Amino acid sequence: MTSLAVPARSIGAVLNNSWVSFGLRRAGRLVVSLWVLVTASFLMIHLIPGDPVRAALGIGAPPSLVQARRHALGLDQPLLSQYLHYLHGVLTGDFGISMTSELPVSEIISQRLPATLALSLLAFLVALLIAVPLGTGLGVLTRGGRARGAELAFTTASAIFGAIPDFLAGVLLVWLFAVRLHWFPVAGRGGPSSYVLPVLALAIGPGAVLARILRVELLAVLQQDFVRTARAKRLPALAIYLKHALPNALTSTITLGGLLLSVMVAGTVLVENVFAWPGLGSTIVSSILDKDYPVVQAVVLVYGFGVLLVNLAVDIALALLDPRSTIREA
Amino acid sequence: MSEAIEASTTRATEPDRLAARARRSRWLPVLLSPVGAGAGIGLFLLLILAVFGPAVWRKRAEQADVAHMLQGPSAAHWAGTDNLGRDLFARVMVATRLSVELALTATVIAVVAGFCLGAAGFVLGRRANRAVAAVVNVAVAFPGILLALFFAVIFGVGAKGAVLAIGFAGAPAFARLTQTLVAGVEKRDFVAAAHVAGIGRPRVLLRHVLPNIAEPLIVNATIGAGGAFLSFASLSFLGLGVQAPRYDWGRLLGDGLTGIYTQPVAALAPGIAVILAGLAFNLFGEALAKGVGVTATINRPIRGRIRPPVGVPAAPDRPAGAEVTGEADDVLSVQGLTVSFASAAGRVHPVRGVDFRLGRGEAVGIVGESGSGKSLTALAIAQLIEPPGQVRAGQLRFLGHDLLAEPAHRNRRLLGTSLALVFQDPMTSFNPTRRIGSQLAEVGRRHGGLSRRAAAARVVDRLRSVRVPAAERRARQYPHEYSGGMRQRAMIGMGLMGSPALIIADEPTTALDVTVQRQVLDLLQSIRAADGVSLLLISHDIAVVGQVCDRVLVMYAGRIIEELPASALARDSRHPYTRALIAAVPHMQTDRDRPLAVIPGRAPDPAEVPPGCAFAPRCPLASEQCRSSEPPLLADAQGRRVACWHADQVTAGQAGPTIGTPNGARA
Repeated sequence: MTSLAVPARSIGAVLNNSWVSFGLRRAGRLVVSLWVLVTASFLMIHLIPGDPVRAALGIGAPPSLVQARRHALGLDQPLLSQYLHYLHGVLTGDFGISMTSELPVSEIISQRLPATLALSLLAFLVALLIAVPLGTGLGVLTRGGRARGAELAFTTASAIFGAIPDFLAGVLLVWLFAVRLHWFPVAGRGGPSSYVLPVLALAIGPGAVLARILRVELLAVLQQDFVRTARAKRLPALAIYLKHALPNALTSTITLGGLLLSVMVAGTVLVENVFAWPGLGSTIVSSILDKDYPVVQAVVLVYGFGVLLVNLAVDIALALLDPRSTIREA
Repeated sequence: MSEAIEASTTRATEPDRLAARARRSRWLPVLLSPVGAGAGIGLFLLLILAVFGPAVWRKRAEQADVAHMLQGPSAAHWAGTDNLGRDLFARVMVATRLSVELALTATVIAVVAGFCLGAAGFVLGRRANRAVAAVVNVAVAFPGILLALFFAVIFGVGAKGAVLAIGFAGAPAFARLTQTLVAGVEKRDFVAAAHVAGIGRPRVLLRHVLPNIAEPLIVNATIGAGGAFLSFASLSFLGLGVQAPRYDWGRLLGDGLTGIYTQPVAALAPGIAVILAGLAFNLFGEALAKGVGVTATINRPIRGRIRPPVGVPAAPDRPAGAEVTGEADDVLSVQGLTVSFASAAGRVHPVRGVDFRLGRGEAVGIVGESGSGKSLTALAIAQLIEPPGQVRAGQLRFLGHDLLAEPAHRNRRLLGTSLALVFQDPMTSFNPTRRIGSQLAEVGRRHGGLSRRAAAARVVDRLRSVRVPAAERRARQYPHEYSGGMRQRAMIGMGLMGSPALIIADEPTTALDVTVQRQVLDLLQSIRAADGVSLLLISHDIAVVGQVCDRVLVMYAGRIIEELPASALARDSRHPYTRALIAAVPHMQTDRDRPLAVIPGRAPDPAEVPPGCAFAPRCPLASEQCRSSEPPLLADAQGRRVACWHADQVTAGQAGPTIGTPNGARA
């Protein structure tokens, strides 16, 4: 009896640890989201009205070819066994064969993914590098209604930059810096200079939005009692802003920043097409136009997985930054 | 039968209908605000263009002219021509209709599908609601363009497929909005009444719930339409939307991009059109949201209320006769301290000339109602008033240093180590994201030059000295893991990280439980006794001040009106206000059948201090003299000070407390 009670109690103690229960809860949510994602990408091909294979091959395609393609895609099997087969494939990294290039889809993905990853991560970094100093600086500058002129200029400029969608920003950047000034290449992925314009196109809008949010949050935080406490401790201004105010302003900035990061991940679809960037974004569009369903399914999965990872990262960052959030959720 | 009952329940919604009518009148100010007006005009022009654009420009837009292919902007062709020599400006204008049509259709689909999905839970019951919420939550995590691509695969390439794709991609957001709104309305009385009356859920939804959530849905749909323009442009740009020979802005943009080397305007013109149209919807929606949702009173009340002080000299000098003789061993001496704030209508002076001194080891209390200027006095002494607030004083000496004579950074170390502050709410006064220990250690590291380890050791020592149990473990905890009283003790411990000569405690017990208040006060007392630290205790609670302090300063409307030993508080106060404060404190002998004693009226607003004695309007002894000239703060032989024309009458015991009905004035 007692020998049974002891481990039970220690398991209870482990579960009571807010970090462990936070991890379990979050992992559970991730599994459910992943399942929804995989199922949705599986169902995608089955939700297409009519016969997707005939639509892909054209009305004039010989019935034998249609039949062979249906068999190759496994569409002639019962739905449940198709589903199980699909799940098994996803778990083992087998996404089938591309209908147009006859290459394994996993190979296409592994060729294209690095370009997209590099683009979106660099863009996120640049957005942060724009937003954090700008938002913090302007927050400090305009605190308590100071520097009204700077405030007006900043809110106007950031509203305009935040409203320009990434692919239009890309077009404007290409026109100005590639066509007119010849500073950077118009398109393609080559040396470091080829990264500048696509990264900027992705980063400017989210950077402007983030800077806005950060400034507003910082203004609110600077009003709070603990900032007065920090001032009562006679800390230097920089320590008050960076060590006491900024971490508190980051909480909601990161929540929205995470949203913006996943928007940025999705934004690569458009920006890659502006810059003929050889990543997943240009792949998905061409394979939708070619009705190359296995590739579309796999790329949707990869993008969706990326978004879920971003959300997970945001939750973890929040939990680390604000110790109350793990408990608040419980 | 059920009709009659429903009639009675519709009556219950009558107030909401009235509210809706009142709300409608708020839409007009939205249109008159700069942003709302600009966006409204933009929207109007857009719709005009969508209706008449094709009729005006179609001929030019579709007339091929092989002689003028791919030309740049000119007087004849403002935006140049495309590869068939067609006028691009005309094409952009004509494309307005299709772009608007597609975006609005997609928005309608998003709202309707989202509403049905979100409301399905309401109709089908709690369990279905939870399932819908789970799916919606996963869906909204994905960016719109990904969802749109997903649906574009299903619905196929082309304008129709794109409309459906963008519509359904927007649905999850509206489903979530609907769920939130419905959940808010569901708890209201008239919905409950309708349920009780046995009206079916779908009917309740359409007749009672929908009218009450329509407004936020419409506002959000307007904002969503702005997003739909961009989404459409994206899909058409990718070649997944509108197919040739039809064209919308996205199609023109995609076609123009291929020729961006030779003819950038071809890509820029439709791009600008997309941005402007999206902005018009977006800003109009946000202006609506601001005007209708959030009450427009946020910026108003302050401007209307603050007026230049009446009958008060603009920057009052020291009141006559209130001489404070500074002694050599004074920890603090204050003369003619004023605090003022700039407002739209001139300067307001919440503190109007305060003089006092504080000896080593002495405890002085400042009492007064909220708004009497006591907390601002404390903050001014601690040099914590920030612009636009302004502090002036004839003298502000702390430990022999003139704080106002030197720039603030010169005094940083002195104030950081010798002046400790304890604030009202210990919950909000600690930084929630940092451990208590590190917040205390900062002081030792910054001002005491301690190493990380030495500072940590001192933190534990200080926490022990303020009776925080298990100090080593507690130092590693966050503020939210402390109880209220323990947090306040830790705050005191933070002040003890240096070697304070003065503790300023601003309402240190107000936010605490009664049982914990005692502990905190005892702690302050014992620190004072052990180390000879002076204490300036600010409180609205005259009983607390009377127990803890040696001397008491009573403040009213930004001035000290009486100074007396705490021992004299109960019997020998000479100002009618002080007497009324004391009378308002209930004690064991208070007759509980009688209403509590209160001071009638309310303390004057700092912007509207009356001429003469500020207390006169509430004072039973007030005479003509009181209303016309301000009584000076005069000291008697024992050093007690009072500012009252009738101080002698009060001493004679004629002015008792006025008994009134409790009306919120508190002592």
